[in-house]
Amino acid sequence: MSASAENSAAVAPQTAAFGQDAPVRLNVEQASYAYAATGRSAPNFTLGPATFEARQRELVAILGPNASGKSTLLKLLAGIVKPLSGRIEVDGAEVGTLDLRTRAQKIALVQQESEVLFPLRVWEYVLHGRYPYGRRLRFESDEDCLLAGNALAQVGAAELRDRWMDQLSGGEKQRVILARALAQQPSLLLLDEPTQHLDIGGKVELLRRLRRLADESRYTVLVVTHELNLAAEFSDRIVLLHKGKCLRVGAPAEVYDRDLLEEVFEAPLEIEVREGGRPRVILRGNL
Amino acid sequence: MRPLTPKRVFWICSVLVGVLFVMVVVSLRMGAYPISVRDIVMTLFNGALGRRDRIPSDFWLVVFGLRLPRIALGILVGAALATSGAGFQALLRNPLADPYVLGVASGAALGAMLSLMFAPQVPGAIQAAAFVGAAATTGAVYFLGRRGGQLDSATLLLAGIISASFLSAAIMFLGTTLSGRDQRGMAFWIMGDLSSPPSLNLHWLYLVLIVAVGSIYTTSSDLNLILTGEQEARHLGVNVSRVKLVVYIAASLLTGLAVSVAGAIGYVGLIVPHVMRMIFGTDYRLLIPASAIGGAIAIVFADTLARTVVAPTELPVGAMTALAGAPVFIYLMRRSVR
Repeated sequence: MSASAENSAAVAPQTAAFGQDAPVRLNVEQASYAYAATGRSAPNFTLGPATFEARQRELVAILGPNASGKSTLLKLLAGIVKPLSGRIEVDGAEVGTLDLRTRAQKIALVQQESEVLFPLRVWEYVLHGRYPYGRRLRFESDEDCLLAGNALAQVGAAELRDRWMDQLSGGEKQRVILARALAQQPSLLLLDEPTQHLDIGGKVELLRRLRRLADESRYTVLVVTHELNLAAEFSDRIVLLHKGKCLRVGAPAEVYDRDLLEEVFEAPLEIEVREGGRPRVILRGNL
Repeated sequence: MRPLTPKRVFWICSVLVGVLFVMVVVSLRMGAYPISVRDIVMTLFNGALGRRDRIPSDFWLVVFGLRLPRIALGILVGAALATSGAGFQALLRNPLADPYVLGVASGAALGAMLSLMFAPQVPGAIQAAAFVGAAATTGAVYFLGRRGGQLDSATLLLAGIISASFLSAAIMFLGTTLSGRDQRGMAFWIMGDLSSPPSLNLHWLYLVLIVAVGSIYTTSSDLNLILTGEQEARHLGVNVSRVKLVVYIAASLLTGLAVSVAGAIGYVGLIVPHVMRMIFGTDYRLLIPASAIGGAIAIVFADTLARTVVAPTELPVGAMTALAGAPVFIYLMRRSVR
């Protein structure tokens, strides 16, 4: 673990080099949402107005306890639901106004759930990521295959190419799903709790991979996660949500305030600042 | 990594058409009147070129008058059932979906029977009524098969089986009230049979077949994605509700078409797409045409057996498909994922 933490620390400072002049990929302005917002009943859950932006090569972590609105925010960003008020723009275009294919060329969403009904090879699955770029009834071109192969290589899964989807381990499947998202060549890569079913080594490896994708391949990556320390280690920006409110947005060091985090996560916490200025959260006292 | 190409689809379909042709010749050969394969091929060849004067009249009668119309009907029914089965499997995201198992065929049969009772003389009424019956049953089974807003595989199949038995009971009830003239035998609607020529010209029925199979085919890239998850397909840019509507209408139309001319023939819609998947893979761009041709082969084969196994008595073709289909179904269920 310590070796990997060192490696990640070596990656982290590099990201600070990309300044504020990188183009803004995602712009969220006062976006809010309410479930079951019918005229008669009071909404079950509301997501208060959230405002933040994400630039090219940035990795943004969306943090918060359960039921804080993380998934709702991600759905808004992905265009699955439309905001009740406010604006969400990707590359200057409002997400809600994009047609499905154009949206899929700009935004890729990686979710946990991926049940494959009939046997499918890994490369066939990754080629699905090329769908937004073709006509309705399309056959894949050589270029599509090349891009799918590159996407697999980018996530270190080139050797899985000819395996069956249902014979992959959890971590392998995760990488293949990520490869399909990369095959979409999106500006914005959204991941919904990608670390959920991974062991600690897998979590570190995934975050390091996402960091590299942002740095080297210029993606803007947004990750919903429960992993406070990994988020602090790898992300440029944190969006902290609590009970449907966007409490704070900023660099990890700005957001990781002991009183704030203790209130949000309802646990006794201690925050230490590591070399390079990145905070680390530890549990305080006896439990 | 070798993605599917139009060329590969073409070649596989050509081979399947070749198999179908052989099957047709074999089927033409079987029957009370003896005729050699050479004579059959010559008759077909001259018939296709319009040189009727070169064909002996008894050959003409046996091939074009008696046996070929029934085979053509079998091809139509087999292609329709297998394609609609493949369509339903994607639409309902259920590998065991089939127009017969889901009760859709029974709904079509009930519709057809009602039209026979109330509008026996109207051309095309049976087909229209069978389509309405199929579409209504699909809709009902779809909603009954939901659990907590999600389509549940087991609930869906149960809903289908219950609908099928309810509709079959309704058909039997109606059958007892029918007069002798209309009573083409309940076995026709319940087991499926190719012995009665359709009231509508075959050309029209084939036109419907081509339009419906064609419209499912236009969605085949989308169906590939929908099979890995509807939400995910939507994120990848698939207009899921449009695709589902197209497949829903076309698959119901195909079921209605098949049932209106041949009754409810079981298992073809289930077995044929599965066999094609085993041989050629799961890609719908190949699976749809391969299933259509494979379904035609299966029905022509089954009907040839039905005509000859206990000749001169004929079995309903549905009895043959069920005899062969049920064990294959059990094999498929017990077999591991692949």
